[in-house]
Amino acid sequence: MTWWEVLVEPWQFEFMQRALLVTVLAGVVAAVLSCWLVLIGWSLMGDAVSHAVLPGVVLSYLVGAPFAVGALVFGLGAVGLIGAVRETTRLKEDTAIGVVFTTAFAVGVVLVSTTPSQVDLSHILFGNVLGVSDADIVQVVVLAAVALAVLVARRRDITLYAFDRVHAHVVGLPVRRIGAMLLLLLALAVVVALQAVGVVLAVAMLITPGATAFLLTDRIERMLVVAPLVATVCAVAGIWTSYLLDAASAGLVVVFQGLAFAVAYVVARRRERVR
Amino acid sequence: MSEPALDVRGLTVRYRDVVALEDVTVQVAQGQACGLVGMNGSGKSTLLKAVVGLVRPDAGSVAVLGGTPDAARAGGLVGYVPQVDDVDRDFPVTVDDVVLMGRYHRMGRRRRTRPVDRAAVDEALTRVGLADLAGRQIGRLSGGQRQRVLLARALAQEARVLLLDEPFTGLDVVSEAAITAVLRGLVDDGCTVLLSTHDLATLPELCETSVLLHRRVLAQGPTADVVTPENLARTFGLDARAEA
Repeated sequence: MTWWEVLVEPWQFEFMQRALLVTVLAGVVAAVLSCWLVLIGWSLMGDAVSHAVLPGVVLSYLVGAPFAVGALVFGLGAVGLIGAVRETTRLKEDTAIGVVFTTAFAVGVVLVSTTPSQVDLSHILFGNVLGVSDADIVQVVVLAAVALAVLVARRRDITLYAFDRVHAHVVGLPVRRIGAMLLLLLALAVVVALQAVGVVLAVAMLITPGATAFLLTDRIERMLVVAPLVATVCAVAGIWTSYLLDAASAGLVVVFQGLAFAVAYVVARRRERVR
Repeated sequence: MSEPALDVRGLTVRYRDVVALEDVTVQVAQGQACGLVGMNGSGKSTLLKAVVGLVRPDAGSVAVLGGTPDAARAGGLVGYVPQVDDVDRDFPVTVDDVVLMGRYHRMGRRRRTRPVDRAAVDEALTRVGLADLAGRQIGRLSGGQRQRVLLARALAQEARVLLLDEPFTGLDVVSEAAITAVLRGLVDDGCTVLLSTHDLATLPELCETSVLLHRRVLAQGPTADVVTPENLARTFGLDARAEA
């Protein structure tokens, strides 16, 4: 077998093509969003939302609704609850996040343990990208397209929100609405990422590409190109390697993102020393 | 002069059980610069925030150009220049990106840059003397240059009332002179300026009137009459009396 055949062989299978499509879409949406999340300091918010959706996903399966519906309801519910706890107590945000998302996640674990076996916990936790159904693919494509379109169209407002909320308020922009929109998009991105890499690793896709891009450039417009590019390359590399090694695709995609971050770290350190 | 540009009456603001401002009444006429003098924690920032509607009064009223703060914001009439340390210097935006943000309320939903916006940004940067640094990331500027970028953003906004929070704190001489000159020019064009400061040296040349604040208004009026050793001692406590 030539090297070219080794490279191409996995992509002849339909389940591999589907896996790649879902992972790339999830990776790109999460990566674009991650640029702002790391700048605002909302990395933990991605963690919270991705874990909090677990009970929503389980309930959706139980009643036969699209999993995205339950996931969105619980993801946004968690965000609202976090905000309420933070604003009405003296607790800091990371504490509010920690309490809310672990509780929601625990509720999900209990739900899974008490329901018949058609809900496979490991698929929700770690993704099941090699076995996505047609309906799942349609959901992912639609949600990803909507999220990306909004993110790209409103990117300047989101950047201003991340940079200087006071100025946004002073010139009459709807600051609260922009924040709410961002959290809604975060919930959408989690729902998409869930399908590709599962609850636990979704948070990596929502932090690492943005962090990597931030190390490589000091222009937001370039970050918004670099981050999805990194995510795409990592998706291809991860899925391909998982075929070759017969190992977990979700894990490999995230491992490659971590490697990309490490490379960016080294490059950025070198550049700083030269400067 | 018609109605005052800023009309604050009986303003009281509390944060939980801490009183930040108590029964504060301040008027600034159109086309005047007014200095807000007081210690840290005297309520200067709170007063500025009340004018832009960032904090809600517990009592009293705030009028900007005859309307509510909300109406003034909706019309882009009020500009707010934050303390330079309040902005994230590592944020991945360039100087002209930041100044362009002063135009967002005039642009379409997607905030596409039009030639008129481009021109306003260029002019604002020229006025603060930073035209040649337009493409620089904001972290690669001195603190004084960054403060001038924030002022340029308010210029590009074409605000009629400009609020500045400690614009002279920790600045180099060049930047301080540049900011003073730009503010003077704005006032001569009919803009109204309210700035908080504890830099008493620049006060007489820049501000016609001053307000000495310590939760309540201790004194207000023409700067020369108000900024006296006795008043400053009451404003700052005994340390300032030793300096004065």
